[in-house]
Amino acid sequence: MVPTNYYLFLSAILFGLGIVAFVFKRNVITLFMAIELMLNAVNLAFVAFSQSLGKPDGEVFVLFVIIVAAAEAAVGLGIIILTARNRHSLNVERVDLLKL
Amino acid sequence: MTAPVVIFFVLAAIAVLGAVSLILQRHPIHSALSLIVVMVALAGLYLLMGAEFVAAIQIIIYGGAIMVLFIFVIMLLNAGEEERTNFSGLATYAGIPLAVAVTGLIAAAIVSSGRSLPAPAPSGALTSTKTLSLLLFNEFVYPFELTSFLILVAILGVIVLAQREN
Repeated sequence: MVPTNYYLFLSAILFGLGIVAFVFKRNVITLFMAIELMLNAVNLAFVAFSQSLGKPDGEVFVLFVIIVAAAEAAVGLGIIILTARNRHSLNVERVDLLKL
Repeated sequence: MTAPVVIFFVLAAIAVLGAVSLILQRHPIHSALSLIVVMVALAGLYLLMGAEFVAAIQIIIYGGAIMVLFIFVIMLLNAGEEERTNFSGLATYAGIPLAVAVTGLIAAAIVSSGRSLPAPAPSGALTSTKTLSLLLFNEFVYPFELTSFLILVAILGVIVLAQREN
């Protein structure tokens, strides 16, 4: 069988790639996708632990994470549409009203 | 190497390549398609672990609903290629070290404490949907009800945001 550590390492790598994407990308929609990637990495760790310990609680948590991610994506994309309408740009560097 | 390990490495390689492609692609729609590849590969990994319900939910909700929403917004806003700006020096100098440090920290924690973890149950021993739903509707019934409020608030929020002011 596949050792649990392998899944955890893959989860760590995907989370790290999510951070890289979040820091380097400039398009606000791609930033949101980076967040989704990190959530997916965490879900993988949840399922790996749940299967390894033989308790299905972790899988129930994954369902909650997916529900919260869906709500977050809906609200976040609504906000993105509003900013794009007002600033005429999707670049996060151009959304700087709160900057001094 | 046994068959499950080979399947794991194939799916893991697909997931990592998809994530790297998400970073390297300049056009948001290509990034979105890369993310779908990652999600389908992760669904395969869930199946390999025996979490069949989570695998189905991953494809239906993540790969289906959420990514279709993303692609709709990309097309709605007519998002073009990402423009390169050099406003933030922090990202260029601290970005890669930060990500490597976080990944290294997590990996070190896994190496130091993860050895005692037993391997997942052999494939064929699937977590039945019945077990999962019994848990969800008995032990986790309050969080479950709260999520319906969360979704209601999200719906109302999106309606308020999307409305044009008159």
